[in-house]
Amino acid sequence: MLEVTGVASGYGETQVLHGLSLEAWAGRVLAILGRNGAGKSTTLKTIMGLLPLKSGQIMFDGKPIPARPFDVAKSGIAYVPETRDIFPSLSVRENLEITERRFGGDTPDWTLERVLDLFPRLGERMNNGGTQLSGGEQQMLAIARALLMNPRLLILDEPTEGLAPIIVKMIHDKLQELKSDGLSMIIVEQNFGFATSLADDVVVVGKGQVVWTGSAEEIKCDEHAQHTWLGV
Amino acid sequence: MTHDLGFWTLQTLNALQLSMLLFLLSIGLTVIFGLMHFVNLAHGSLYAMGAYFGASLAAVGGYWLGFFLAPVAVAGVGVLLYSGLIKRMRRSGPMAQVLVTFGLIFALLDLTRIFWGDLALALDAPALLDGRVAFLGVEYPIYRLFVIVLGLAIFGALAFVLGRTQIGAMIRAGVDNDAMAACLGINVERLFFVVFCVGCALAGLAGVVAAPLLSVTPEMGLQILIPTLIVIVIGGLGSLKGAIAGSMIYGFVQTFGAVLAPQLASILIYALLAAVLVIKPVGLFPAKG
Repeated sequence: MLEVTGVASGYGETQVLHGLSLEAWAGRVLAILGRNGAGKSTTLKTIMGLLPLKSGQIMFDGKPIPARPFDVAKSGIAYVPETRDIFPSLSVRENLEITERRFGGDTPDWTLERVLDLFPRLGERMNNGGTQLSGGEQQMLAIARALLMNPRLLILDEPTEGLAPIIVKMIHDKLQELKSDGLSMIIVEQNFGFATSLADDVVVVGKGQVVWTGSAEEIKCDEHAQHTWLGV
Repeated sequence: MTHDLGFWTLQTLNALQLSMLLFLLSIGLTVIFGLMHFVNLAHGSLYAMGAYFGASLAAVGGYWLGFFLAPVAVAGVGVLLYSGLIKRMRRSGPMAQVLVTFGLIFALLDLTRIFWGDLALALDAPALLDGRVAFLGVEYPIYRLFVIVLGLAIFGALAFVLGRTQIGAMIRAGVDNDAMAACLGINVERLFFVVFCVGCALAGLAGVVAAPLLSVTPEMGLQILIPTLIVIVIGGLGSLKGAIAGSMIYGFVQTFGAVLAPQLASILIYALLAAVLVIKPVGLFPAKG
């Protein structure tokens, strides 16, 4: 579904990715693991067009991915950034509606009612400002907003970062529900247990390249890889 | 020193009228800045062009023709500026943008000189709004009341569009975080373009509305630039609330300063600007909390 081949990218003069290649399959969950600074978030930002692709190519459904974030979003990829990026000047309702109304189509999979069924907590906070939410609620809102784009591929950057264990568990269950629905996902995570219990496939990134590829079951058994690349 | 009620009413109305003119100018500049991180120093020149277009059109078809078409014409100038210059300069950093739009001030200044000459033009208020009316104990020019009402109406309309509509939510999202807005499929570039044109149209409207109060000269764009910048720095960048609050503060301090403490009038507003910069450097109501 998404093929990343030999990608080089980074911030300004600083190159972070050095020929990174990976593949995400339709209907499956890919976890990208690796230490801090390995290039996980940079990979996601490059896919979204937030960082310029210096070399290599990224194909989505057999076509080169567009260069600008706006076109990437239109092509069917939704992004939940590490910082959640809830718009502080918008209410919870407005944060949801600005995506709902433009991606709905005639018979959308995801509607406002359906995301509120998934995250009832948001329904109670519809008229709150975006910044009055707790970290967990912001994460729910960021995921709900992404789902309203009715994406074919959902990309999540560290969805559990800074959240209480009970919220992590809840987010895990919700993502498991989405997976059972057949939604394709790419998840960048530091939380090894969280990532490997959700993912089908795993790639490990180190120093801007993929250093290990396999299934979630395999990495759970491969203590050498865990020790070398993840410090688990 | 005592003043009667009429004095206060009169000065309050004068202050409001100045505030509303500044509001029409600063709202465009501040939202353009908030959304595009782009400082358009030539915004004042668009105000001057609005006055000139208004005066020329009024000479052909009366005041109202100028009133309605001058903003459209200035928006047209905005389209040219955007596609010719500003679009290319989006990523070139603030220093280059300031230099280019600063240069643009002089280019536009000389263009108005070439087309309209150096002599001041006059634009008369329309017959409908000519004369004075008794208002709370003072005889006040109807045209100035019209400027106040127009400013408030535009403020109300913008507050509705920005606060209550889908496009308003998209603009606020773009001001908060343009990269994330783009990742949600909002065409931020097109939004910039629309907002830029509306901002230009409002500057043009301010120009044509101000024309009967002042004389229309090529320098009027330069003269209004500093007050407009003071308004958005005091009010806070990118927000409607900041633009209206900054305009009111400027209008009242300037007007009452001039009559109550004429010796201090010229420095009062700068002292206030300095105080705001020391106490709240982001301005009173910035868009980003």
